Amino acid sequence: MKRTLAVVFTVAGLALTGCGGAKVGESPGGGGGGGSQASCGEFKIAINPWVGYEANAAVIAYVAEKNLGCRVTKKDLKEEVAWQGFGTGEVDAVVENWGHDDLRKKYIDEQKTGVSAGSTGVKGQIGWYVPPWLAKQHPDILDWNNLNKYAEMFRTSESGAQGQLLDGDPSFVTNDEALVKNLGLNYKVVYGGSETALIQAFKQAEERKTPLIGYFYSPQWLFSEIKLEKVKLPPYTPGCDAVPEKVACDYPDYDLDKIVSKKFADANGPAYQLVKNFKWTNDDQNIVARWIAVDKMSPDAAAKKWVDENPDKVKAWLPSSS
Amino acid sequence: MAATSSSPVSRTLPRVHIVVRDRGRIVLGILAVWLLLWVFLRGMHTLALGGAQLTSVHHWFNNLNDVIGANRNSNPVFLYFFNYIRLFVDEFVIFVQSVIAQPSFGRPLPLIGWLGVVALVGFVSYAVANIRVAVLATAGFFVLGLQGLWRESMDTLALTLAAVIISLVIGIPLGIWAGLSDRFARLITPVLDFMQIMPSFVYLAPLTLFFLIGPASATIATLIYAAPPVIRLTAHGIRSAPHDTVEAGESLGSTRTQMLTKVLLPAAKRTIVLGVNQTIMAALAMVTIAALIDAPGLGKTVIKALQTLDVGTAFNAGLAIVVMAIVLDRVTTAAADRGRRRPNRIVLLAGAAATVFAIWLSYTYLWAAEFDARLDIGSTIVLWAGEATDWVQSTLAPVTNGIKDAFTWVLIDPLQALLADSPWWLVAVAIVAISVVIGSVRAAIVSAVCLGLLVATGLWSDGMTTLASTLVATVFTMVIGVVVGVWMGRSQRADRVIRPVLDAAQTMPAFVYLVPFLALFAASRFTAIAAAVVYAAPVAVKIVADGIRGVSATTVEAAVASGSSTWQTITKVQLPMSVRALTLATNQGLIYVLSMVVVGGLVGAGALGYDVVAGFSQGQLYGKGLAAGIAIVLLGVMLDRLTQAAANRTQRGGSR
Amino acid sequence: MHGTQVHDTQQPVISVRNLWKVFGPKAARVPGSAELGALSRRELMDRTGCTAAVRDIDFDVAPGEVFVVMGLSGSGKSTLVRCLTRLVEPTAGEVIFEGEDILACDPKRLRDLRRHKFAMVFQHFGLLPHRCVVDNVAYGLEIRGVAKAERTKRAKEVIELVGLGGYEMSYPDQLSGGMQQRVGLARALAVDPDVLLFDEPFSALDPLIRRDMQSEVIRLHREVGKTMVFITHDLSEALKLGDRILIMRDGALVQIGTGDELVAAPADDYVRDFVRDVPRSHVLTLKWIMRPPRDDDPLDGPELGPDVVVREATRSVLAAEKPVKVVRDGELLGIVGDEEILSVIAGGSDS
Repeated sequence: MKRTLAVVFTVAGLALTGCGGAKVGESPGGGGGGGSQASCGEFKIAINPWVGYEANAAVIAYVAEKNLGCRVTKKDLKEEVAWQGFGTGEVDAVVENWGHDDLRKKYIDEQKTGVSAGSTGVKGQIGWYVPPWLAKQHPDILDWNNLNKYAEMFRTSESGAQGQLLDGDPSFVTNDEALVKNLGLNYKVVYGGSETALIQAFKQAEERKTPLIGYFYSPQWLFSEIKLEKVKLPPYTPGCDAVPEKVACDYPDYDLDKIVSKKFADANGPAYQLVKNFKWTNDDQNIVARWIAVDKMSPDAAAKKWVDENPDKVKAWLPSSS
Repeated sequence: MAATSSSPVSRTLPRVHIVVRDRGRIVLGILAVWLLLWVFLRGMHTLALGGAQLTSVHHWFNNLNDVIGANRNSNPVFLYFFNYIRLFVDEFVIFVQSVIAQPSFGRPLPLIGWLGVVALVGFVSYAVANIRVAVLATAGFFVLGLQGLWRESMDTLALTLAAVIISLVIGIPLGIWAGLSDRFARLITPVLDFMQIMPSFVYLAPLTLFFLIGPASATIATLIYAAPPVIRLTAHGIRSAPHDTVEAGESLGSTRTQMLTKVLLPAAKRTIVLGVNQTIMAALAMVTIAALIDAPGLGKTVIKALQTLDVGTAFNAGLAIVVMAIVLDRVTTAAADRGRRRPNRIVLLAGAAATVFAIWLSYTYLWAAEFDARLDIGSTIVLWAGEATDWVQSTLAPVTNGIKDAFTWVLIDPLQALLADSPWWLVAVAIVAISVVIGSVRAAIVSAVCLGLLVATGLWSDGMTTLASTLVATVFTMVIGVVVGVWMGRSQRADRVIRPVLDAAQTMPAFVYLVPFLALFAASRFTAIAAAVVYAAPVAVKIVADGIRGVSATTVEAAVASGSSTWQTITKVQLPMSVRALTLATNQGLIYVLSMVVVGGLVGAGALGYDVVAGFSQGQLYGKGLAAGIAIVLLGVMLDRLTQAAANRTQRGGSR
Repeated sequence: MHGTQVHDTQQPVISVRNLWKVFGPKAARVPGSAELGALSRRELMDRTGCTAAVRDIDFDVAPGEVFVVMGLSGSGKSTLVRCLTRLVEPTAGEVIFEGEDILACDPKRLRDLRRHKFAMVFQHFGLLPHRCVVDNVAYGLEIRGVAKAERTKRAKEVIELVGLGGYEMSYPDQLSGGMQQRVGLARALAVDPDVLLFDEPFSALDPLIRRDMQSEVIRLHREVGKTMVFITHDLSEALKLGDRILIMRDGALVQIGTGDELVAAPADDYVRDFVRDVPRSHVLTLKWIMRPPRDDDPLDGPELGPDVVVREATRSVLAAEKPVKVVRDGELLGIVGDEEILSVIAGGSDS
C-alpha cells in the first residue's frame, strides 16, 4: 500500500516537472575519451595487491584510457594467479614484478606464455628494517654484527627466549630462517602472515617507541609516513643465494620490471607500446602511492593528478605514431 | 578402558556417574603418562619442517599443478568438460550482473537501477514472507545505497545469487537422493564434511587453473562451500517426514514419484527452506573471500582497504555485508516460518504493478538508475569507524599486550610444547587412547587414520602447533558460550538484545577486525585465537542458549520449588540437562575455529594457516599449501568425529 | 484354537493363512523351522537375533463384518494389519483377498489394490499437514488420477458424511484430534474401498471423544456396510465394535470369538485375566447363563432369544413371576431365573 502511494506520488511529481529528468544513455559525460585511436581495443591489466603496484597500474591505465582510447579492465589478482592469466588470455600485463625467478622459469622459459617488457625504472629492495626511533637511539643496530646484543630487547610472546624477527608477507620469498641460522643470530623468525600485519607492527613500533625488527621492502607507501631504516647484512654477491639453506648474504636489489603476455607483445598494439615504454622513479611511485594510501584518493584521481603534473614524462611513453 | 566397554544395557543412572568419573581419571592417567614421557623424550621425532623446506609430497603436488597448467588447452577433459562448465557459469553470472550490477547491453548502467532493485526486493520479500520483512528488506537495501556501496553490493548480490541458484539446482536433487538412499547418504556425508572444512584458500588457486580467473572460479569456490548445507538439510527434511503420513500415502497406493512430490517434499519444505537460508549465508561469507581471485563486490573493497590499514572503509563495506546478510537471513527465515498464510492477492497485484513501474523508471531515468551520491552516510561511517578504532587501539593496547603475554605463557605455550615437542608417535598413541576413552572405538580408529595421514602430509609439527591453538580457542569459545548462553537462555530480554550482535559478529568478514586485533595483540598466535573466538563464539552461544531454554520448565520449577538458589538451578539442573547442547556447541565451536585457521595465518598464527596462505601466494610453496589444507581437514574430521562420539556417549548415559 | 466361521454361507473377504512376520537377520528361516517356531520371544531373540512380530496366524474376515484384532502393545497387532496390504512385507504365509493372493501381486497390482480395495485409518492420523481438509480427503482419488472437480465433489460428500461440513478449507493443525481423525476416516471412505483397516485409530484421543468416534464408526458401518478390520488395545472398544475379536499375544493368536464367547469361555488364563473386569451383564447373552429346565420349572413364563444380552433381559426376568424361557426357532434351549441374572450382575465368580 505504502509503495503504491509512493509511486503515485512519484508519478505526480514527474508529471508536474513535465519531464522525468535525465535519461539513461544520454548522460553528458558519455563513455571513454572519444577521438583517439580505435585500434587499441581491450587492455587487461593485473592489479597485484600492494599500493606501489597500484600506482604503476593506475597511471598506465589512465594514460591508456585517455590518450590511447583503450578499454581498460583491471583485475585484482595475486602474482602467481596473474601470471597464469597470460596463457589463458585473461591478463595482458603485470606492471611491477619483483624478481620471481620461479615464475619466469615457468611462464617465460617453459610455457612461453609471458615475456619481459623491460624495467619500470623503480629499484626494489628487500631486507631487514627497524623503526627510525630505534635506529636513532641505537645506531649500531643497523649492522647485523651487533644484532645479538639486542636480541633480548626483541623478545615477544611468540619468540620465547630469543629475539623476534617479524617476517612473512606470504607473497615474497624469504631466506630469513637460513640467514638467522647461518649468521649465528639468536633470533626466531615469526611469521606475521600478511603485509597488513607487518605494516601495522612497524607503525605501532614507531608510534609507541617499542622495539621491532622485521622483514620489509621498498618502495612501499609506508615509507612516505615512516622512514624505516635498513639493517646491513653481509653484501650480496651474484650466486650467494643459490642454495636456499646456505644463504648468508643480503637480498639482491631488484630492478622491477614489467611482464606481458606473449600474445599481447606479438600484437604490438599501442597498449603494449605504452607498457614497454613506461618508466619512472621510486620517488614518482611513492608520490602516487601516498596519494592513494594516505590521502585516500581513488587510483584514477591520483593518476590524473600525476599525469597532469608530468606531461613530459607521459609523452615519452606514448607510441611513436601518436 | 575395560570399564567403558561394559554392556550399556545394564547401566543404571548411578553407575553412569561412576563410569563418567572413571573416564575422567583414565584421561588424567593418560595425560600424566604422556607428560612423564615428554620430560624424557622432548624434542625427539618431532618431524619439524622449516618454512621453506618441502617434502616429496609437496613436490608431487607442485608438479601436478604444473602439468594441469601446461595442458589446459590441449587436454580433452578441459576442452570438452571444464571449459564448458566455465563458459556456462561465466555467462550465467555475467547475465545476472548485467541485470542489476554492471553496465550492459550497450548501456552505461545495468538494466535495473537501484529503485527497481529495491522495489523488487521488497515485493519478493512480501510475496514469499510477510510485510514486516518486506519493509526491513527495502530499508536494508536502501541503506546499502546510502553507504555509497550500491554497485559493489549489487556485484556481491549477483555473485551470491548465481552461486546460490547453481547450488540449489545441484544441491536439492542430491539432497533428495541422500534422503531416500542410505547408501548414497553414507557416500556423500564425508564429501560434504570435506567441502565444508577444507579452507577455501586451498582451492582458490587450483580453481583458477581449472576455470581461469573470473566469475566461474569465484562462483565454483562459493558453490563448494555453500552447497553442503542445502544438501544436508534437504536429506534431513525428507528423512524426518512424519512416519504416519508417509505410511498413509503408501497405503493409499502412491507411486514413488507421487510419494516424493505430494508427500515427502511438501513435508520437508520448511527444512529445505532453512537449508536454502544457510546456503545463502555461506555463499555470502565465501563471496568475500573469493575477492582474492578477483571476485567483484564488497569483498574487494574490504581487502583493498586492508592494504592501507583503512579500517573505516573496511568496516563500512563489512557493514554492508552484514546488512545484506541480515536482510537475506530474515527474509528466508520468515519464508520458512510463514506456513500457509498467503499474502493478500490484491496487495500482491498492486505490488507487482508498482514494482514493474519502478523497474521501468530505473531502466529509463538516471535518478532511479544511479543512487544519488549526495545521499551519503558511508563517509560518516568510514570516519567514525576509523576514529573509534584509533581510540580503542591507543587506549587498550597497553593492557591487551599484558593479557596476551599471560595467556600465551600460561596456556598456549605449555600445550603447544606438549603437542609439538613430543615424539609424534607418543602424541598419536595418547590421542588415540583418549579417543577410546571419551569417544568410541570407532572414533579412535578415525583418529588413528587421520593422524597417520597427517604424518604423510609432512606437516606434523605445524599440525600440532595449529591443534594447540585450536584447542585453546575452543576452550575460550566454550567459556563465552556457556556464560553468555546461560544468560540468554534464562533471560528473554538478554536474548533479544544479544542475538543481533551475534548475527553481526558472525557475518562481518573477519578481515575487517584483523587490523584492530593486530594493533591490540600484535602478530601472534593469541591474535589468531582471538579472531577465531569472535567468529566461533556466536554459534556456541546460540546453541547453549537454545539448550538451556529447552530444559523442561517443569523441572526448573521443581528445582526452584525445592529451594535451589539460582546458581544451584543453573549448575545442578539446567547445565546437566543441556549436556547434549553443550557437546554440540563444542563440536560446532571446534569446526568454526578450524575454519578460521587460515585467517589466523594472516595475523601471526604461523603453522598450517601460514602454510596455506603462503602456498596460495607463492608458486613453489603451492604443494605445501595444498598439503596444509588437507592437514586442516584431517584435524577437523578427527576432532569432529571425536566430539560427536563423546556427545553420543553422554546422551546415551544421560537419558537413562 | 481357531475360531469357527460365523457366516458359514458366505465366502470370506480376507483369508489369512500361516502368516509370519519376523524381523531380524535371515528372518526367513524362522517360519520354516518347527524348532525355532516353538521358541519363546526371548529365546528366539537370544538364539537368532530375530523377533517374530506375527507368528503363524490364521483367520477369515467375512463380508460386512467388523473384525477386531486386540492385544497389548508389542503383541504384533499393528504389524499384522500392515501385513494385509504389505505395508510391512510378511515373511511367510498367505493373504487371500477375494480369491487373490496379495503376497503374489506385483507392485503395480498391489498399488491398484491399495488404491481401490483397501483404505486405512492411522493412530496418529497421518494427514498431510500442508493440505487443507478437502485436499487431504481427496488425496486417494487424486493419485488415482480422478479429475479435480469430481474428486472435490466426492471429498465434500464424505466430509459431510463424517460430520465435518464447514471445515473443508481448514488445515489439520487447526483441528482438534477428534476432528483430525474424522478427516482420516473421510480420506479412507472417499476412495470407496471394499475393506477399511483401522490401526488403533482412537487411542490418541480423549475418552469422551473416543466414545463419540466409536459411535461414529458404528453409525458409518450401518450406513455404508463396509468390511472393517479394527486394531485396538482397548477391550471395551473391541467388545463394543467387534462382531468377532481376535486376541493376540507375543505375535501369536490366542483366541478368536464373539465378545460373549471370550467373556464366557476364555481360552486360557491370559484371556481370562483380560476379560476379568468386563461388566459381564453388558456382554453375556442368555445362552451363556441359562440352565437346563428342571422338572419343577413352570414353563409358561415369557420367552426371550438366546442372544439377548443379560443387561437388557434383566428387567423382564426380574419382573416376571416365573422363569424366562430361552427359545430359538420355537425350540426350548434353557431357562433363566432371578438367581442366574443376579449372579451375573453381582459379578465376581468366573463361570
